[in-house]
Amino acid sequence: MFAIERYNKAQNVKEAVNLLAADPDAKIIAGGTDVLIRLHGGSKEYRNLVDINGLAELKEISEEAGGAVRIGSMATFSEIMDSDIVNRCVPVIAEAVSTVGGPQLRNTATMGGNICNGAVSADSAGALLVLQADLEIQGIGGEREVPVVGFHQGPGRVSLKQGDVLTAFRIKPENYKGFGASYYKYAMRDAMDIATIGCAAAARLDGDKIDELRLAFTVAAPKPIRCEHAEKTAAGKPLSEKTLEAISDIVQKDVKPRSSWRAAQEFRLHLIRTLTQRVVRQAIERAGGKF
Amino acid sequence: MQKEITCTINEKQYVLSVDVRKSLLDILRDLGITSVKEGCGVGECGACTVLIDEIPADSCITLAVWADGKTIRTVEGESANGQLSKVQQAYIDAGAVQCGFCTPGMIMTTTAFVEKHKDCKVSREDIRKGHAGNLCRCTGYETIISAVEMCLKDSDNNDSGKN
Repeated sequence: MFAIERYNKAQNVKEAVNLLAADPDAKIIAGGTDVLIRLHGGSKEYRNLVDINGLAELKEISEEAGGAVRIGSMATFSEIMDSDIVNRCVPVIAEAVSTVGGPQLRNTATMGGNICNGAVSADSAGALLVLQADLEIQGIGGEREVPVVGFHQGPGRVSLKQGDVLTAFRIKPENYKGFGASYYKYAMRDAMDIATIGCAAAARLDGDKIDELRLAFTVAAPKPIRCEHAEKTAAGKPLSEKTLEAISDIVQKDVKPRSSWRAAQEFRLHLIRTLTQRVVRQAIERAGGKF
Repeated sequence: MQKEITCTINEKQYVLSVDVRKSLLDILRDLGITSVKEGCGVGECGACTVLIDEIPADSCITLAVWADGKTIRTVEGESANGQLSKVQQAYIDAGAVQCGFCTPGMIMTTTAFVEKHKDCKVSREDIRKGHAGNLCRCTGYETIISAVEMCLKDSDNNDSGKN
């Protein structure tokens, strides 16, 4: 049995916000694939739960009239992978979330949970960072929209206050139209594993030059990051091996990987350089570029 | 804290008063549905896999209260009139069962996989990916993959028979 002390099932988002605001110790349980495992491990942090698991209003995936793609925070990874809208407009999100865990986990786990738990290794984070997704959040003060870039604060920490509920991800058309994007997860196993390094890139071309490159890494720093130096270096450069080398040389300025039992810092740096070239090349090719 | 839930388990309706601290795995085993195994308890091994509204899930990391209004399938409900399901029979024919601990969960994953892919071409690699959430320490997986292939071939034959 899970050591749950207080349990409240929210009937809607507003009720979830109020329940959370009324209990400073209450935490949200969404898909449960993280929270229940922590409870199983004896964590006392998740004794008081506000359950948003059944809220259908948070599951919808839609395309707005203006072209923005909206993915409900409670959409499961499997629902995202199977979504025609996601595969047509923002396929890099499907590519990224298809690498999470195994089938059963993806059937239950949600992208909202993947971002809100602040995991440094979150596979969806890389894709959302390069698409510059916005997060729709409902809180005590009402609704607000914040960019995912800058949302992560550190390991397990994000910019949410008690009472906040992430309701949806929104990807504006200018952030995906004209871009080619790619995600690669390096892990010891092809399933049921956590990324040693995850790399996402989105590229837009201007003829045979890179107009804009967005590069993101997971597990390469204490939080999922974008790579400012590498992105600046890429802008305006021709599609060439030399450009890829220049990007992968400078990317070391953007990252700060650590050594852990999974991998040594040196190996992670090697992965970061290698994946930068591989993933940027694929993003450019998907944008229609040729080397 | 107790909560009342209504659900269908293996085509039988249940109204249950469940402790909110319990997992779906706990209450299924309390009901005597013991094909559902606790292996790792943290959603890694798949021994507790059941179908919830036809979707495979690890019942060990599913709260029992989430079963409210849902339809649950376990291996106990798969045979009908003394006849094993197509998937169960394929596991026997392919020699895909050794110690048997992973088998009920594996069979439920295969059952959903076969239903989802009955009109698609799938490779052995696709089958591996589709079963990556179920660990088996005995078989080395080859016979399990063959069992899944047999089920998919059968459904091909059935389809062409109908046409």
